[in-house]
Amino acid sequence: MLDKLFNTSNDGILSIKRIKQLLGYPGTERFEKNPVVVIECDQDIPCNPCEDICPERAIAVGTPITNLPSVDTNKCNGCTMCISICPGLCIFVVHKNYNSTESLVYLPYEMLPLPEKGMIVEGCDRKGEPVCKARIERVIKGKKLQKTAVVAVAIPKEYFEIVRAIRF
Amino acid sequence: MNNELVIIGAGPSGLSAAIEASRYGVKVLVIDENDRPGGQLFLQTHKFFGSRHHSAGVRGFQIGYNLLKEAEDQGIELLLGTTVWGIFPDLKVAFSRNTNGNDSVDAKNILIATGALEKAIFFKGWTKPGVMGAGAAQNMMHVYWVLPGEKALIVGAGNVGLIVAYQLAQAGADVIGVIEMLPRVQGYQVHAGKIRRLGIPILTSSTIQEALGDPAVEGARIVRVDEQGKPVQGSELEVACDLICLAVGLKPFDELCWSSGIDMKYMESLGGYVPIHNESMETTKPSVYVAGDVAGVEEANTAMEEGRLAGIAIAQKLEKLPDKEADQLKTEIRQRLEHLRLGTFGEERAKAKEMLVKLNSK
Repeated sequence: MLDKLFNTSNDGILSIKRIKQLLGYPGTERFEKNPVVVIECDQDIPCNPCEDICPERAIAVGTPITNLPSVDTNKCNGCTMCISICPGLCIFVVHKNYNSTESLVYLPYEMLPLPEKGMIVEGCDRKGEPVCKARIERVIKGKKLQKTAVVAVAIPKEYFEIVRAIRF
Repeated sequence: MNNELVIIGAGPSGLSAAIEASRYGVKVLVIDENDRPGGQLFLQTHKFFGSRHHSAGVRGFQIGYNLLKEAEDQGIELLLGTTVWGIFPDLKVAFSRNTNGNDSVDAKNILIATGALEKAIFFKGWTKPGVMGAGAAQNMMHVYWVLPGEKALIVGAGNVGLIVAYQLAQAGADVIGVIEMLPRVQGYQVHAGKIRRLGIPILTSSTIQEALGDPAVEGARIVRVDEQGKPVQGSELEVACDLICLAVGLKPFDELCWSSGIDMKYMESLGGYVPIHNESMETTKPSVYVAGDVAGVEEANTAMEEGRLAGIAIAQKLEKLPDKEADQLKTEIRQRLEHLRLGTFGEERAKAKEMLVKLNSK
């Protein structure tokens, strides 16, 4: 019974509807091209490291620092540098057309052990519920990332706006 | 022994004040009851929010190490394992040490930077082993490297509750859920989003009724609450867990402020009674300053800025720093503090802080 109560709760989760209204959410056309950043940040927290780190100056917070980040999706080349700097772990990079059937989602990962390339894991939604199988394509780590690894997972295309976590 | 500045508390605000004051030649002594300086920074494993000025994107404990290094480089004198128990009218700071008994130092200026205390809620069984504050659980994990429980229930969905849930999951515990009495998550959505993606549920409008088990925690009875916060009859649920972690807020650690006769004011948004102070962090008791959570519960970035502000004000007062330069530095810090208090999460604190300064000028 508790499980049922807990599972039906959406507390703490941003709805896809709201995410799509956020500044700089890539349009349908932009997703068809190269990898692009998706920033799921919805509160006026004074914070702007994503703006500072972007080498393409594609992310803007500006003044006041509580502005939500906006993205110039034409400038963004999906380099993934903003993923690990975000204290909220709410930045992802999505390559919708990774191949003919799969999308590639880059996500921040701070659990141990890290997954390894080639592993098949569960692709999970924003509630942590498995929705599809996911294949680990890359695990990016290093001193600059300060212990927030960036994991790239290949998933069936239909889930490119759904999968934001992995579990194994 | 007559110290130009005695700082009570070697956390983020105390150390920042020490570094700033000693930069301008003030002779500083820092006293802390813990065996290790750095305060709560070493419990903060997440990357900090903020701007470049505030080491945004750097983890709390790393900021702690950086502060310790700076303090060491400047040769700041630290007295650890030492509890200050009184401040006398002539600015004598009295303390006790485990092995050496009581002693005291005379100070020209004092900074109280004692931080905050965890609040608790009371329910049947709340004294059983396995019920603890979030800070205790964090200490066990990050200082002593001990997992405080295998199956954890977190009470309170403020930032501390959300962060400790994430930390427990990282440390290998099964976090069964976070419950929150109010109808919405109190902390940042992004912190909530992190634990939700790990599959950890959050249940609002719910509270704990009883810690079950004998002699230690084996479970919890939780209950839904209505809009008035009253338990909804028949909605009780029992869950299995061996750790109940309370993250229900913090209050200023203000005993020294009270006992030294500083005027206090109750400020809900700052966590409770806080010392009235001016724009340079000086209280209603001349030459006694406050900074950090004891001056109103906020977060580590504001604590560090307040510490710097107090450190500079004291250096100025001691004529180690020309007025013009000091005023310029203080203005810059106040602007950065303003930025840190922007937005929905900070505006109430900003208003309360303004009111404290107004009360002081009366």
